Amino acid sequence: MSGLEDLYREIILDHYRNPRNRGELEVPPATRAEGFNPLCGDEIVVYLHLDDPTRGDSAVVEDVRIGGQGCSISQSSASMMSAAVKGRTVGEVRELTRAFKAMMSIHEGELEGGAAEPADADPSELRLGDLEALRGVVKFPVRIKCATLSWNTLLQGIDDAEAG
Amino acid sequence: MSTGPTGAAVAADLTGDRPADDAADDLDVAAVKADFPLLATTKHDRPLVFLDSAASSQKPRAVLEAMDHYYEHDHTNVHRAAYDLAERATSAMEGARGKVARFIGAGSAEEVVFTKNATEAINLVARSWGAANLSPGDAVVLTQLEHHANIVPWQQLAAERGLELRWVPLTDDARLDLTGLDQLLDGAKLLGVTAMSNVVGTLPDVRALADAAHAAGALVCVDGCQSVPHLPTSVADLDADFVAFSGHKMCGPTGVGVLWARRELLEEMPPFLGGGGMILDVRLDGFVPADVPHRFEAGTPPIAEIVGLGAAVEYLEALGMDRVRRHEVAMNAYALRTLTERFGEEITIHGPAEPAARGGVMSFEFRGIHPHDLSQVLDQHGVCVRPGHHCAKPLMRVLGVGATARASWYVYNEEADVDALADALAEAGRFFDF
Repeated sequence: MSGLEDLYREIILDHYRNPRNRGELEVPPATRAEGFNPLCGDEIVVYLHLDDPTRGDSAVVEDVRIGGQGCSISQSSASMMSAAVKGRTVGEVRELTRAFKAMMSIHEGELEGGAAEPADADPSELRLGDLEALRGVVKFPVRIKCATLSWNTLLQGIDDAEAG
Repeated sequence: MSTGPTGAAVAADLTGDRPADDAADDLDVAAVKADFPLLATTKHDRPLVFLDSAASSQKPRAVLEAMDHYYEHDHTNVHRAAYDLAERATSAMEGARGKVARFIGAGSAEEVVFTKNATEAINLVARSWGAANLSPGDAVVLTQLEHHANIVPWQQLAAERGLELRWVPLTDDARLDLTGLDQLLDGAKLLGVTAMSNVVGTLPDVRALADAAHAAGALVCVDGCQSVPHLPTSVADLDADFVAFSGHKMCGPTGVGVLWARRELLEEMPPFLGGGGMILDVRLDGFVPADVPHRFEAGTPPIAEIVGLGAAVEYLEALGMDRVRRHEVAMNAYALRTLTERFGEEITIHGPAEPAARGGVMSFEFRGIHPHDLSQVLDQHGVCVRPGHHCAKPLMRVLGVGATARASWYVYNEEADVDALADALAEAGRFFDF
């Protein structure tokens, strides 16, 4: 069962059991973005409140909340993401997202048209922190979309917020 | 869970009290299994336990050899050429059409149209018959059991034509709730219904529905994707107007499906895809379509796959579809009893409680573990089940879930496979014990 333990690290199961930042935010001022994983039926909702969406990459994530349902990988990834992006600038969030998706393999980046462009620095230096626990997911290619679902939904939320 | 006592009682009837001569007429599953090369593979040093035939069945050697033989000895393009090889290719393909027609009790081989799969077959009905016969305000009745393949083509046509879609609701055990059927059918032009749910195994009474639809002046389009591989099928007995199914779920190859329709309907229907092979004549100012069924088979068909499908229906006929069905009911009974006895309230099995009221497919919820996680752990034990919405999201919403784990059986599955599933579920329960 070593394969399973690579995938289901204790910190992942902890975030699955006790998800951080579950809930909703008032829309507006927050934005609400929905993401779907058509493979397994998972649905994720990301509520995002930026202090001032007109400031572009300098805008700060005031608050973020996660709704929807999904497997342990998508739910724990969303939970860790919410904790990691709160209080960060949009520029930092974009960089973190790039680093996370790079960790989720170049393979998926190719499939998605280069979304995971190679990071300049070694991804491990980009303070992924707890998110490192999801590294084992790349050994289970079907589950990569579970791990990246919330991140893609967050990016969509940022785009929505910036579009006003 | 809700299905326990009934399932166990029927299981006893099927496995304990059956006369000896009936038992002798059972499928020899070990012999059947040996016909399927892929099932000899192992996963983590254990035999593969394949419980995903509702998605696609494995292929017996006879089908693989028929396709190889075709390519090695008989292949060229079909129709029109005068040389002997073309004659052989054409007769291989048309011979398969005859076998499929016999398998489903069709009146003639000309009522069998080869498509890419069942999805394309239903799209053919919508795009050809539907576009020619449905006008703004016309109603199409569908059920909440349907696979997306029998929903989306009608939604597309409805959006373009201004059709009204009506839905037959479900009961708590995922059967059709027919209390309002007459009202739903009032003024409707078509009823689309699955003959067997790909998620919960429900077996709608297609004949009764066809009678009601015809009395209301509506035609019936049956999604036979699950039923034709698993149940004895006579399109005459169903009294349906259209029946769609796929080759790859019934021991045949991918890439070939079938639309059966009553000949008089096909003859009135305009072509679906245009191109070579589907015409009698083409001039600069227009074309004359070919006769049925070739009118609906534009372009070079999947000849080898059609030959493979012919071999698949011969294989199933040799097993005997009555025997196949009895085997799957017995598997239903054994699975309902085993899973209930081992897991009690920890497992919820969706759909009808009686083994004989289901096809060989079982969606379940286990200890609140997400189906994607569940199937991941089962995979570590070499048990293949499918997590997800099974292309039936409206049904998922009725069941109140985002996804289910689904196990399905076929001719090569045996009770030991259910035991392996149960053992793996117990392991998953230990792994996600929180």
